[in-house]
Amino acid sequence: MSFNRKDLLGLEHLDKKEIQTIIDAAKPFKNMFTRSIKKAPALIGKTVVTLFCEPSTRTRTSFEIAAKRLSADVVSIAPKTSSFVKGESLVDTAKTLEAMKADIIIIRHTCAGAPELLAKNLNASIVNAGDGFHEHPTQGLLDLYTMYDKKKKIEGLKVLLVGDILHSRVARSNIWALTKFGAKVRVVGPPTLIPKRISELGVEVYYDLDEAIKDVDVVNILRIQMERQQGGFFPSIHEYNELYQVTEKRLAKAKPDVLIMHPGPMNRGIEIDSEVADSPASVINEQVTNGIAVRMAVLHLLALARNKQGRKHTC
Amino acid sequence: MEILNSKQIASAIEKLANEIIKQNIDDIVVVGIQTKGVAVAKRLSRKIESIKKMEEQIPFGILDITLYRDDLQEAGADIPTIKDTNIPCDINNKNIILVDDVLYTGRTIRSALDVLKDFGRPKSIKLVVLVDRGYRELPIQPDFVGLVHHTKDRVCVDINDDTCDSDKVVIENK
Repeated sequence: MSFNRKDLLGLEHLDKKEIQTIIDAAKPFKNMFTRSIKKAPALIGKTVVTLFCEPSTRTRTSFEIAAKRLSADVVSIAPKTSSFVKGESLVDTAKTLEAMKADIIIIRHTCAGAPELLAKNLNASIVNAGDGFHEHPTQGLLDLYTMYDKKKKIEGLKVLLVGDILHSRVARSNIWALTKFGAKVRVVGPPTLIPKRISELGVEVYYDLDEAIKDVDVVNILRIQMERQQGGFFPSIHEYNELYQVTEKRLAKAKPDVLIMHPGPMNRGIEIDSEVADSPASVINEQVTNGIAVRMAVLHLLALARNKQGRKHTC
Repeated sequence: MEILNSKQIASAIEKLANEIIKQNIDDIVVVGIQTKGVAVAKRLSRKIESIKKMEEQIPFGILDITLYRDDLQEAGADIPTIKDTNIPCDINNKNIILVDDVLYTGRTIRSALDVLKDFGRPKSIKLVVLVDRGYRELPIQPDFVGLVHHTKDRVCVDINDDTCDSDKVVIENK
């Protein structure tokens, strides 16, 4: 076991062993979900705060369920009802939460680097639940866990990320994790939605989906983020559908046992065909279940690392 | 110092199996505590099955107490690995035979009772240990004991199975 970090800010700076530790720790938590009482006292007496400065249902709910299944006390802060509207800075808000003895603060923010800012200024553990276009580490981890669970290995897997790579923190966290484990990662999308220097991260860039999908083991479909499409990145939704929608016909070119993944929320009929979303190859709902297990593992490992650190300071 | 050799382990397990059978407990589920308790529990189940000439295997579960420990806040060299817990059947109204290799402070057993409670309400729970090394910190006592050997030194149990070649119980002096 090797996990000695105060915070989980991204997957870029974690090494393979640390990521493996989290993935391995998630499995026993997943097995817990079949019990009548899906709860363990591991985080009893700890306070976990979710501070989401961007709309989210599934990630916040997933973190809250994860923390509650570990018996932590959970508090949710929504910016609209908090002191942000009164002009308080993010660090001050977080410091107030820390003064209330929050042990772990889970933050989502539109600005890349916001979690890091808090991590530097606070003793509480910070978990990045998505920051700007930067990273969404727990999504990357649950995607990796799901692929590992289904394919039993990551090395050599051909994984295709489809769609809006430019605005996607999920894509970045996926790329960091997958390349560390030796997967062959491809990205495909309209040229306007592929960052210029993305190939430097060790991925193959495609612009033609029919070409990119050939022989892949996993297709991870990214959401077309309607709220970020004011920049005219593609001419019309119809054109996007024609060129980049993942359909049954296109999937026939992938490996026969291909996995269909999507971080949600899905836009059926835009980036993913409804039939594909509901096909036996789709593990989209399983990703959601795995997400809770992975987040439980993250919270548990951070809490253990905190205890260890606490001991060092008092000795 | 070796306190049990392979032969003595075998006879201790046979003794435990006979004692359990004598009590005529029905609806048994054997549950081993990770990791060494699982190996002892397996051997014990096989023994009971062979003495009673049972055709079916006794329902068998494994249990990990990591998340239920009361000492995660305190000193401990490394982060404990969470292992699998797998109770394959409904334990409501069953008689659980809870098995561990060594009984010491009683804290592992306290945690194990907490885990079992989350799976249901068994009719009874009996505790079986291969070695009771004394020095309890909680009011927990075994129902069936292979060997009583009071010591504050570490007791290492190797049980021969697919993960382990040797078969012995030794005391490691500090």
